[in-house]
Amino acid sequence: MRVSKRASGALAVGAAFALVASGCSSGNNDGGDASASKDGAIVIDGTQPENPLVPANTTETGGGKIIDWLWTGLVEYPNNGGAPQNALAESIDTSDSKVFKIKIKQNTKFHDGTTVKAENFVKAWNWAAYAPNGAQNASFFADIQGYSDLNPADPDGDGPKKAPTPSVKEMSGLKVVDDWNFEVTLSAPTAVFPTKLGYSAFMPLPDVFFTQKPEEFGKKPVGNGPVKFVSWQDDVEVKLTRFDDYTLRDKMKIKDVTVKIYQDDTAAYNDLLAGNLDFMQQVPVSSLAGDKWKTDLGERAIQTTIPSSGIIAFPIYDKRFQNPKLRKAISLSINRQEVTDKIFFGNRKPADSWANPLTPGAEPGNCTACKFDPTQAKQLLQEAGGFQGKLTLSYNADASHKEWMEAVAQQIKTNLGIDAVAVGVPTFAVFRANINAHKMTGAYRAGWQQDYPDVENWINPLYVTGGSSNDGLYSNPQVDALAKEASAAPSLEEAHKKFAEAVKLIDQDVPSMPIYFSGEQSGHSEKIKKIELTNVGELDITSVEL
Amino acid sequence: MGRYLLRRLLQLVPVFIGTTFLIYWLVWSVPGDPFAGKCGDRGCPENYRAVMTAKYHLDDSIWVQYASYMKNLFQGDFGITFGNRPISDIITTSYPNTLKLAVVALVIEAVIGLGAGVLTGLRRNGFLDNLVLVSSLFLIALPVFVIGFVLQWFFGVKWGIITPTVSSEMRITELILPGFVLGSASSAYIARVARTSIAENRRADYVRTAIAKGLPMRRVVGVHLLRNSLIPVVTLLGTDLGALMGGAIITEGIFGINGIGRQVLRAIVTKESATVVGIVVVLVVVYLVMNLLVDLLYAALDPRIRYE
Repeated sequence: MRVSKRASGALAVGAAFALVASGCSSGNNDGGDASASKDGAIVIDGTQPENPLVPANTTETGGGKIIDWLWTGLVEYPNNGGAPQNALAESIDTSDSKVFKIKIKQNTKFHDGTTVKAENFVKAWNWAAYAPNGAQNASFFADIQGYSDLNPADPDGDGPKKAPTPSVKEMSGLKVVDDWNFEVTLSAPTAVFPTKLGYSAFMPLPDVFFTQKPEEFGKKPVGNGPVKFVSWQDDVEVKLTRFDDYTLRDKMKIKDVTVKIYQDDTAAYNDLLAGNLDFMQQVPVSSLAGDKWKTDLGERAIQTTIPSSGIIAFPIYDKRFQNPKLRKAISLSINRQEVTDKIFFGNRKPADSWANPLTPGAEPGNCTACKFDPTQAKQLLQEAGGFQGKLTLSYNADASHKEWMEAVAQQIKTNLGIDAVAVGVPTFAVFRANINAHKMTGAYRAGWQQDYPDVENWINPLYVTGGSSNDGLYSNPQVDALAKEASAAPSLEEAHKKFAEAVKLIDQDVPSMPIYFSGEQSGHSEKIKKIELTNVGELDITSVEL
Repeated sequence: MGRYLLRRLLQLVPVFIGTTFLIYWLVWSVPGDPFAGKCGDRGCPENYRAVMTAKYHLDDSIWVQYASYMKNLFQGDFGITFGNRPISDIITTSYPNTLKLAVVALVIEAVIGLGAGVLTGLRRNGFLDNLVLVSSLFLIALPVFVIGFVLQWFFGVKWGIITPTVSSEMRITELILPGFVLGSASSAYIARVARTSIAENRRADYVRTAIAKGLPMRRVVGVHLLRNSLIPVVTLLGTDLGALMGGAIITEGIFGINGIGRQVLRAIVTKESATVVGIVVVLVVVYLVMNLLVDLLYAALDPRIRYE
C-alpha cells in the first residue's frame, strides 16, 4: 500500500452506493459565488514530491496528490467511497473477467494539446512494467499477461547475480485495436481489474513522455486531468492552473492553485489560522489535544474517516508465532477502544473488521479477534502453552507511533503477563529493510491504505501466499483457493462473497491484528465556500468554490 | 602577513579532505537500505531497488564511492539526489536563504548584544544592568523553538502583524522576527561578554588618561574603550555565523524557510551521502573562512597583534 499516498478520485453525481462513507464532504455546502470562483486562486499545503512527477513512479502523498489532479484515468472513485465509475473510459467490457475490451472517450486532450488515444495507455503501461525502468508501481501490472516476460526472475534471489535484461519490451496481453479501442488480456481472470484502473499507476502518458527522459518529463509533467501544471520551485511551491480544454465531467471551478511546500505542519497550521493558507489536509497532532483545532477553526474544521487502518503484524516465519491460538490470545488482550480514546483523543476508531469498513465489499465487525476479552485471551494463551521470552513490538521511531505501540505493549503485559515491550527502530528505511528481509523477531507495526476501493485490495496483497505485502509470510491454502475463486468470479458481488468466506478463515488464523481505523482532521480558510474531500481524504480540487 | 595568509589557506586543504571523508563515512554507516522505505508500508518492487542501487553505485565499497564522489566534485559536479535533482541546485537555492537569515540574525544580535553590553558595562549594578542580566538569562534558558512558536503565534496569528511564515521572496522585513529568534540566545551571550569586557577596560589606565586629557565621553567610549573591548565580542560573532547557519534548522522549520537545515536533515534520514557532504562541505568552508577573518580582524583592532 502507499501509506501516505492517496488514490485519486473525483466527484460522484447521483449514483446509488452500497456503502456511504461518513462525512467525506463537509463545510458549507450552499455553494459559492460563481464569479468569485471563476478567477479565484487558492493556496494549499503540501510536501516536496520525492521524485519527478511520473504517475507510475510516485508512491508518496507529496507528489501523489498533484498527480491525482493532473491526470484523469479510465475510471474514477466517487467521493463517498462507492464503486468506481467510468471517467475517460466509454466502456469496459468483458465476458470472462480475463479479456477486457476498453473503449475510451474520443477527442479528449492532454495539456499539450495532443489527443488521448488508446496507444497512450498501452505505451504507458508497458513502460511502467518494464523491469529496467524500475518504476515503483510496477507490480500493479502483474495481472496482465506477459508481465513476467518483462520482469525475469533474479536467478539467486537477493544474491550477487543480477536479473537478466528482459528480451521483450511489451506485454503480450496489451493490444491496440484502433485510436479509441484497446484490449487487455490478463494472465488469470480478475473481476476487480476495472476497479484498479482509477489508480494513478494506470494513467495514460502523452507522446512527449517517450521522447525525453522520465526525470525531465516529471519536472514538467503533461497530464490529461482538470488541472494543468505551471511551475515547480523545489521546496517552495508547485503552481497549477485550470485546464480550459478539459471536457470530462469534473471541470475545475476556480482558476489557480498553489501548493505551498511546508517542512513543519505547525507552520502550515499557523498560516491557515492567519488566513494565508486555504486548505490543510491534516492539522498537526499538537492541535488535536482538547479539540483545540475545532475551537480554532469552528465551522471550517472537517472531520472525516479515511480507508486506512493501523495494524500490528506477526512474523509467521518465526517459530514462536506459528500457533494461531497464541496470536489470537495476544489480539484479544488489546483494548482497542481505550487506545483510540486515550492516545488519539477519539480521532481514530477501534478496528473491528479485517478490511476497512469504508471499502466496498468489506463487512463491518467481522474481526472476532479484535474484541477485548482478557479472560478468553488468558485461556487461549494457556492452551497455546504460554509464550517464552520477551515479546517485542517494533515501530519506526521517525513517525508518531511510539505512544500507541507502547500502550498496546502495556495492555498485553497487564492482561496476559507476557513481557511485552515496544521497541523503536530509528528510521523507516531501516525498519522496512528488516521487514523486507524477513528478519523481524517480534510483532511489528504495519499500516494499510487501500489503493482502489474494493475489499480485494485488503486480502490479496496482505493475506494470500506470495502477496506483494504479505511480509509476515502467512500462508493458508484454503484462503489462497478462496481468494483465487473470488478473483475469477464473474461479478464483483460474487467475488465479495468469496472474499467474505476467506476473511472468516483469516479471522481464525489471526496473521495480524487490526488496531484502529484512521481519521483525518482537515481545515480550510474562510475564503472557501464549498469543498469536498475524495474517498481517501484528499482535497477534491474540482469541488472547490469561493 | 601574506605568508601567514598563505599558510592558513594551505591548511584548508587537509581539513577539507578530512571533513568530507568523515562525513561521507558517517552517512554511509547509517544503517538501512535507502530505497527500502521509499514506497510506504507496501515495500518497493525488487526492480525499483535494483535499478536505483545500480544507478547510485551503492553496491561499491565506500572507498570506491568516496573516490568517485571526490573526482566528480573536483570537476564541479556535486551529484544528484535520489529524487534526481542536482545537488548543486539545492546548494545554490538553499544556501543564500540560510545565509540571509544568519546575517540578519547576526546583525540583530550584534546591535542588541553590543548595545546592551555597552550600556550595562558603563553603569553597572543599576536597574538597567539587572534588567539585562535577568532578560539575558531568560533568553539563554529558553529553547529556540519555544521563542519561535510563541513569537510566531502572537505576531503572526493573534495580532496579525506579520505573516506566520516567510514568503519565497525572502524579504528582509519578513526575516526580522526569524532572525531575532535565531540570534536571541547569542545576543544574550554577547551582551554578557561585552559587559564584562567594557567594565574591565573602563578601569584601565588608558581610559583614565583619555578622560584626564579632557576628551569628550563619547570619544572615550566610542573610540578608545569600545575598540579595545571588542576582541572577545568579534571572536564570538565571527564563529557564530557558522553556528547560526548550521543551527538554523529549527528556526527554518518554524518559519517555513527553504534553507540548508531541512535539506541536511532529509538527506541524513534518507542516507543521501552526496547531499549531506555537498552542503556540509560549504559550511566547513564558511567556518574556516570566518575563523581566518576573525584572526585578521584582531590585528586591525589591536595593533599589538601582528602576524608573520
